[in-house]
Amino acid sequence: MSQIHKLTMPKWGLSMTEGKVEAWLVEEGGEIEPGMEVADVDTDKISGSVEVPPGVTGVLRRQVGRTGDVLPVGALLGVVADAGVPEEEIEALIAEFQSTFVPEAAAEEGPVGQDVEVGGVRLRYVQVGEGDRRVVLLHGFGGNKDNWLFNLEALAEGRTVYALDFPGHGESDKRVGDGSVAGLGTTVAGFLDALGIDKVDLVGHSMGAAVAMAVAVAAPGRVRSLALLAPAGLGQEINTGYLRGFVGAQSRRELKPHVEKLFADPALVTREMLENLLKFKRLDGAQAALTTVLEGFVSGDVQAAVLVEPVAALGIPILVVAGAEDQVIPAGHGAALGGKAEVQVLEGKGHMVHLEAAGDVNRLLAGHLERA
Amino acid sequence: MARTITYRQAINEALRQEMERDDTVIVMGEDNAGGQGADGERDAWGGVLGVTKGLYPTFGDRVMDTPITESAFIGAAIGAAACGMRPVAELMFIDFMGVCFDQIFNQAAKFRYMFGGKAVTPVVIRTMYGAGLRAAAQHSQGLYPIFTHIPGLKVVIPSTPYDAKGLLIQSIRDDDPVIFCEHKMLYEMTGDVPEESYTIPFGEANVVRDGDDATLVAVGRMVHTATEAADELAGSGVECEVIDLRTTSPLDTETILESVERTGRLVVVDEASPRCGLATDIAGMVAQEAFGALRAPIQMVTPPHTPVPFTGALEDLYIPDAQKVTNALKTVLEYGK
Repeated sequence: MSQIHKLTMPKWGLSMTEGKVEAWLVEEGGEIEPGMEVADVDTDKISGSVEVPPGVTGVLRRQVGRTGDVLPVGALLGVVADAGVPEEEIEALIAEFQSTFVPEAAAEEGPVGQDVEVGGVRLRYVQVGEGDRRVVLLHGFGGNKDNWLFNLEALAEGRTVYALDFPGHGESDKRVGDGSVAGLGTTVAGFLDALGIDKVDLVGHSMGAAVAMAVAVAAPGRVRSLALLAPAGLGQEINTGYLRGFVGAQSRRELKPHVEKLFADPALVTREMLENLLKFKRLDGAQAALTTVLEGFVSGDVQAAVLVEPVAALGIPILVVAGAEDQVIPAGHGAALGGKAEVQVLEGKGHMVHLEAAGDVNRLLAGHLERA
Repeated sequence: MARTITYRQAINEALRQEMERDDTVIVMGEDNAGGQGADGERDAWGGVLGVTKGLYPTFGDRVMDTPITESAFIGAAIGAAACGMRPVAELMFIDFMGVCFDQIFNQAAKFRYMFGGKAVTPVVIRTMYGAGLRAAAQHSQGLYPIFTHIPGLKVVIPSTPYDAKGLLIQSIRDDDPVIFCEHKMLYEMTGDVPEESYTIPFGEANVVRDGDDATLVAVGRMVHTATEAADELAGSGVECEVIDLRTTSPLDTETILESVERTGRLVVVDEASPRCGLATDIAGMVAQEAFGALRAPIQMVTPPHTPVPFTGALEDLYIPDAQKVTNALKTVLEYGK
């Protein structure tokens, strides 16, 4: 019996309630297979592409969501079925879906931020999911916990996942101490103590990956596994022009070219993304905090902390994922860990690999965490 | 951490946080403390529309009631600024500014220039502008172009609670005299505002809506009118960019030109009187700098050149509304077709 598949508006992150269909990438009548990108969707946070879920093959019979439509999460985007399925069956399915579909209450907000004090500094974090496995996500320089928008929910299936704002970042206090990678590692260890987390899987992006490694090196028994995305800390080279440009930029116009370096596809940099970054940078103390962290993170034009040897000696499962088009940290740095890590380089993706290739990264992270 | 507060609360919070941060920040104006010369209730008013309410119990003598003599207390504020304080003077309605023009135009605006940069005048004059409150011809004008005309003054016109707080903190920390224009119809508007202090730099326009078909430029309340019109046309497949200037002096010409060079069509929405106004200023600048990019004559949506009417029906007709903006947009979009 031939099957009819529904393509629906995805939910990228807990705060997403609706998305706008920017463009269809497959015409009606086009062949569909799992993993294909079928449509571009824009949310108030970021643009992305809708991927065909596993097991869905056939022909795109209907584009139910039209270009420009704003649809709630879960709404019908399109219908996929074999060419042989009669039109009436497709029509009936659409009619049935539309008559019974109830969007999730828009009131259902993302996870509520909580505060914890570590070494006299207030840190803001979110916690989602339930499970004995505890996973802590560490964002990169100048980022915040919202960078995990597309990953948090996927990782939280059967696990307790925390995403925190580093000192000086996001909604945490702007006091950053010496701002070094080791210093931030001490803060993360304090965060684990405060929340009573004995054994942790750490996922870090960029500078956050270097901090994750610093935590593991300082307390080897405590970290079950490391997942390092576009990691700092595995080589000296880094685009300090980007880092200093990001810190120095005061306006949308100055900031945009720098933020575009984070993505292989610069079109992903939306006005909202820039505005949110500026809202953070305008806060009293944010600029000074970023400057201090930057000076702790780089020394002249190279990374201050390279942790290859102690990390290779840890003997714990390590996953490295980088985007081949990374313009901030060379995608090849993962090779420095030799056979001690599983290294994945994703073609056509940039530094924000967890945003730009969220589906692939989530699959790799899930596999890594299951094996670890 | 951001939460939702009103435009009025955002201004109050900016004052409170700057007074906590810096002892030289003082607040003065008619009924700011509430009840000058009376033994009665203090903090009863907080200014005519209650913006400074709650500051007097915390800051006592740093919140001052003044006589109803604008020339005197604006002069006092400017003098205090020249002597090292950072006064925030509330001049109830922008319409009353006329009686203290000398203090503002010839004193505050000129000190830095005439003393070769050795003197600064970090005064903020907060004032209400705009029509819509049925307050008649002497309490409803949009006189911001007059101040924009004077070199040495900075002119700030926030359109949202977020902008109001960040721009007021920037105004207080700025070393030049700032005319801070609050639209009286926006005080109840709510929006997300961080609890922390933050500053929005002057001369940086905010693009509040993206679009490639036409450019709308506005300030203050008119930003919302322009956005309403743009949203309306979006239904017919036309996407208009909306630029909120935030400050008219300094003026972010770059953002305007960059947009017009892309869209080729410009509509300026201005609540001030049409002659020698903000709309003519922007239109003239774009005609001179980006003439080659224009695909249609620039349209200006302004009130007629009359006093603001007291009659409700006429006042509503006077104020630019979304329908007038939509008509202007259709004119530029259909030009030559």
